[in-house]
Amino acid sequence: MLLLPYEMDGGFDEMFAPDGRPRASGERFVRRLEALADGNLRERQKSAELNLQNMGITFNVYSHQAGTEKIWPFDLLPRIIDAEEWSMIAKGLEQRIRALNLFVDDVYNDRKIIKDKAVPESLIASSKTLRKQCVGLRPAQRVWCHITGVDLIRDADGQLYVLEDNMRCPSGVSYVLENRELMKRTFAHVFEGMSVEPIEEYPEQLLKTLLDCAPAGVSDPVAVLLTPGVHNSAYFEHSFLAQQMGIELVHGSDLIVKDGFVHMITTRGLQRVDVIYRRIDDDFLDPAHFRADSCLGVKNLMDVYRAGRVSLANAPGTGVADDKAVYAYVPDIIRYYFDQDPILPNVPTFLCDDAKQRQHVLSHLDQLVVKPTNESGGYGILMGPHASANERAECAEAIQKNPRDWIAQPMLNLSTVPTLVGDELKPRHVDLRPFVLCGKDVYVMPGGLTRVALKKGSMIVNSSQGGGSKDTWVLRNGTTANSNSVVTTLESSSC
Amino acid sequence: MLSRVAETVYWLSRYVERAENIARFIDVNYNLTLGETESLSKQWTPLLETTADQDEFVKRYDSPTRENVLQFLSFDEKNGNSMTSCVARARENARTIREVISSVVWEQLNTFHHLVQAAGHSPKTLEQPQAFCEQVRLTSHLLVGAMDATMSHDEAWHFSRLGRMIERGDKTSRLLDVQYYNLLPDGGSVGSSLDVVRWSALLRSASALESYRRLRGKIVPIRVAEFLMLDRKFPRAMHFAAMRARDSMRMISGSELNSYCYHSEQLLGRLCSSLDYAVIDDILQDGLHEYIDQFQRQLNTIGQEIHEDFFSVDRLNAPPQDSVVS
Repeated sequence: MLLLPYEMDGGFDEMFAPDGRPRASGERFVRRLEALADGNLRERQKSAELNLQNMGITFNVYSHQAGTEKIWPFDLLPRIIDAEEWSMIAKGLEQRIRALNLFVDDVYNDRKIIKDKAVPESLIASSKTLRKQCVGLRPAQRVWCHITGVDLIRDADGQLYVLEDNMRCPSGVSYVLENRELMKRTFAHVFEGMSVEPIEEYPEQLLKTLLDCAPAGVSDPVAVLLTPGVHNSAYFEHSFLAQQMGIELVHGSDLIVKDGFVHMITTRGLQRVDVIYRRIDDDFLDPAHFRADSCLGVKNLMDVYRAGRVSLANAPGTGVADDKAVYAYVPDIIRYYFDQDPILPNVPTFLCDDAKQRQHVLSHLDQLVVKPTNESGGYGILMGPHASANERAECAEAIQKNPRDWIAQPMLNLSTVPTLVGDELKPRHVDLRPFVLCGKDVYVMPGGLTRVALKKGSMIVNSSQGGGSKDTWVLRNGTTANSNSVVTTLESSSC
Repeated sequence: MLSRVAETVYWLSRYVERAENIARFIDVNYNLTLGETESLSKQWTPLLETTADQDEFVKRYDSPTRENVLQFLSFDEKNGNSMTSCVARARENARTIREVISSVVWEQLNTFHHLVQAAGHSPKTLEQPQAFCEQVRLTSHLLVGAMDATMSHDEAWHFSRLGRMIERGDKTSRLLDVQYYNLLPDGGSVGSSLDVVRWSALLRSASALESYRRLRGKIVPIRVAEFLMLDRKFPRAMHFAAMRARDSMRMISGSELNSYCYHSEQLLGRLCSSLDYAVIDDILQDGLHEYIDQFQRQLNTIGQEIHEDFFSVDRLNAPPQDSVVS
């Protein structure tokens, strides 16, 4: 089939260089596409969509009637990352997650980083995601954040940035696994021989991470996945991961605290639970310690947790590192603990709490993206250049009222990947969410979730707002057979 | 296994079985009323008696016309026991335990749901309900077959069969209870004049006509009652359903033969034993209706005790039960 003309929109395209020729990483793939008969791609795209429907891979949309499931669009053309760049990304992610784990542990215990004034005390004290209930806790291996899904974006100049760390309950990994499965089913002869890093071991690695963090002395730990239930937007993923790992998918009402331990209620009575992979937020975990109106959690769970008789992944309290004002300090945090420069840079961030920076933000509202510090999922964001004068005025007022609640960043032009629109390839904007597991070892899944904004020119990749997803290929190094997935032991580099 | 999951799969099967039986009720009544000249109300009221939902019906419908009754039993979403409601609840149950059921079962339930929804939106469905009822029965069979053929016959599967068999036993008994007296001309003298067409329709609604014919040949009301109640091999007979429920219960409890670990198991065992040694003449002498009524009450109690023994949280605070009694 004829791929050209492929009209780029002036940003960075992951597949094609500005001169229209494929980048080195995409060259073999592009040759294979060219060899396909006309219309073949579209047929395969249709077959992929049919597969999605049959496999019942869905997500829930909150605004729809309860129980409405939607198919998340999948685009057949992958995002390809070469071995060298991936190796840098994986190292950068590992550095970041290790530093953030040390940071969270420090914040709730010795507070050295605060005493040394590397981050301001007021910043931490004012963080709404700081959980006083966690002060003085020491999770196994001192790991707080076992599962992270870091959002990366690439700007027009080709530089990759970390946009968010997502230290609480990041979702999307099930789509990564299903997308690969779909790719193999529908595009086998193109995929074959491309030397793509496998990702299928993720459930195994996740299970290992969970079992490794069991309370000391438990010889054959029982792990469960705690879901808020069928109406949660990520319910499919909860069910999928539980099934893949062969552990029970439990609701809060399935668990009970008795005699100092957490148990699940089974047909044969109570069975002790040692590790909970919880996919519900801190606030809903335990009505006795957090929000009293929560019916999703388990009463007195925190008492058992504090006594070290159950492990929670991720640990409660990690949200403090998700605060977008704290995010601005991550490069400093990395330097503080490792005495190294960050491998992956932050998006430049203005803290509205700082008078000087606030002034800059207020006078450049038409150029900046303004974000609330404690929301996720794209809620409450002002896109300055696209906002009306009225919206900007409202935003300015909100910033002046509660400056600590706001940060601002420059508008980045997300990179594009060719996407099938009708019979043609069109550039569509993408981001990338790699998944990192941290326990006794660190495991970085090669690739991650590539989300794509299917509307022309749109930068909004969220599934609820017209986004789709793609398979992400990390190529193996052509000369060696070494695996690019990073597994190293924690002891070797912890400080 | 998790109590919630066990309860969900148990009810999933009950709802599917219930939907299937409503289709059977409608079908038999439709056949029985074809060509009748009696007033409409008389013909369709028995159907409401069969499903024991008269009170609910009277609240929202002015008269038991064919259209009203069919609408109420098939597609009325406010009626928790309508086919639409049952299938929707079965599917919703399945959705919360997708990690437990096979994908084929899930897909089949999805298909079932869409089938009933689509039929509910088409005005033609209730003009000729037989085709639709037939589809519902077949889809239910497919679902049960898929569960048998693609799921491990583990604890979850046995809870599913337990639910299905309890529901089936109850529904077959209701069908027989209501239609038996309607089909006897004077409402009293059992074994008197016989309308082969109508008794065949009753048997057919339980998919029992061929099996009955092979066993008994001629259609005799007392033998029909005996077959639907006491047959050990016909899968919709009350006795068969109770036996299979007991089998699954034993697989769940792990009890020795002729013993029990749970109260529900004890009651189910008693019910089975009484059916094992029952004789139709005695039943008719003491009153078929009374016998069936008691059967239904026992099944109800067993259902409640299953909840207490396996699903409820309260049991965990009670002192441990006595162990096996032989």
